[in-house]
Amino acid sequence: MNKRWPAKKTSSIKEIFPAACGTSLPRPLFLSGVSAGFPSPADDYLDRKLDLNEHLVKNPAATFFVRVAGDSMTGAGINDNDILVVDRSLEPCNGSIVIAVVNGELTVKRLLKNKNSCRLAAENPDYPDLEIDEETPLEIWGVATYAIHSL
Amino acid sequence: MFGLIDCNNFYASCERLFRPDLARRPVVVLSNNDGCIIARSNEAKALGIGMGTPYFKQEPLIRKHDVAVFSSNYPLYGDISQRVMDVLMRLEPDVEVYSIDEAFIRLPMGKHHDLKNWARFLKATVQKHTGIPVSIGLAPTKTLAKIANRFAKKNPSAAGIFVITEGQPLDSLLATVDIGDIWGIGRRHSARLKKQAIHTALELKNCPDAWLRKQLTVTGLRTAMELRGIPCISLEKTLPARKSICTSRSFGQPVHTLGDLQEAVATYASQAAYKLRRGGLRTTVVDVFIRTNSFKKDEPQYCSRRTFTLPAPSSHTATLIKVALASLEAIYRPGYRYQKAGVLLNGLVPESREQLRLFQAPTPRAASLMKAVDDINKRWGRDTICSAAAGLSREWHFRQMKKSPAYTTRWSELPIAKASFPESFSVA
Repeated sequence: MNKRWPAKKTSSIKEIFPAACGTSLPRPLFLSGVSAGFPSPADDYLDRKLDLNEHLVKNPAATFFVRVAGDSMTGAGINDNDILVVDRSLEPCNGSIVIAVVNGELTVKRLLKNKNSCRLAAENPDYPDLEIDEETPLEIWGVATYAIHSL
Repeated sequence: MFGLIDCNNFYASCERLFRPDLARRPVVVLSNNDGCIIARSNEAKALGIGMGTPYFKQEPLIRKHDVAVFSSNYPLYGDISQRVMDVLMRLEPDVEVYSIDEAFIRLPMGKHHDLKNWARFLKATVQKHTGIPVSIGLAPTKTLAKIANRFAKKNPSAAGIFVITEGQPLDSLLATVDIGDIWGIGRRHSARLKKQAIHTALELKNCPDAWLRKQLTVTGLRTAMELRGIPCISLEKTLPARKSICTSRSFGQPVHTLGDLQEAVATYASQAAYKLRRGGLRTTVVDVFIRTNSFKKDEPQYCSRRTFTLPAPSSHTATLIKVALASLEAIYRPGYRYQKAGVLLNGLVPESREQLRLFQAPTPRAASLMKAVDDINKRWGRDTICSAAAGLSREWHFRQMKKSPAYTTRWSELPIAKASFPESFSVA
């Protein structure tokens, strides 16, 4: 395509490209290899591979990953920089680790609720719990199901 | 019965999903290049910020009311859209994904005794699972479902759900719908109809069939029938085959050198090649176009396009870049400030139906190379491997000053959940 000849202005053909003649045409003798070994004795017993997604993510459309910043949840096995698997489709119940909206931020806490009270608890004695009442409406963003922690 | 599920202010809602602090703040999203406003939260609409208006014109208003502004973040919107559609498909067997933020569903007759209740359940489930608020319109036809959806959105009392039942008298309702707001009536048709004193959906519905067919062809007649409650447009569950692929964009700043244009055209050609492969397609015709900014009347204007027909269908990035760059070189003229360039692929054929050539062997190596590149980019992120012709600095690249993180598609950009209390909190 590096050579081209401009054609006459009046012609409907703008340029003419020379045909490429340098290509070769190799012809394969066999399209696929022939297996000459013994069949594996395990062939009939092959199982599928394990997929971690299947284990960690029950509802893909509702599952999000979030990264933890801070150490207020170390008592629950959730450390700074861990990744949480969060399932929004689950109903939060007493004891759930939840992502709650606190002061306009996503915050990870343990939800503790009974008939009379509702609390977002930290899992680290250095951090206070947050009492939920009528004046601080509670918005739960999702329920954390697994923590992915690098060792 | 048909239903239309439409995400409310979709792009703005996506931006809010990981930013609860924006729940009550007005939010707008800008087009590619940060040029125009293409999505507004309800609060932003209430401020009078118009759809499609240039960003710079609204800047004073935006500053005054502390509006949160975002560049468009298509990886995020695409992912959230898929989640919304997945939730719908789990609950409804017949779903047609109509656009990034809309889906039609078909409800079998008699399946749901209480349609409104079912719609409420759908809406609540999508909202809970994906965090995206939706509006739902249910009606005997798709066209009416679109209208019902409008009512669901516009009437605060509807709370996002509006049902038109079979045989319900509709005339008073259709009289309030402008002809231009009917699904399937484009701007040109609506202007022409208005000249003939047809202003509302009711008036269109009552036109005689023969007249409709003559004026608007069979498509218009179908729309009128649908307004009468007779379903004529069915659910399309398989996407129609693509006829062409276009990748083009305006530049962040005007470009004048051939080098910058080459980088841009090579980038678009490789994006187009990727789209081809993703769709299992190959192209035979490659069009390249460049043009200056026609709004700048005082600058010299130039635009040109060139078509190249490939000897055989291809989806090979290097091949497409090569022909695109050859075309670009032929149409490039120095001395202009170029505003836009693009690559348009036509004559698409499915990979599986390729005609083998007489004088050239098929090249499986090229296909496996492309597959390897796509796999790597899929695993490690876009442009992990890209063609050097596409450049590294990409100074011509469009502006995206206010882009939010790719929260759901990049490990390095996951949303943060705080595990510490903000200081303003008192000890309980």
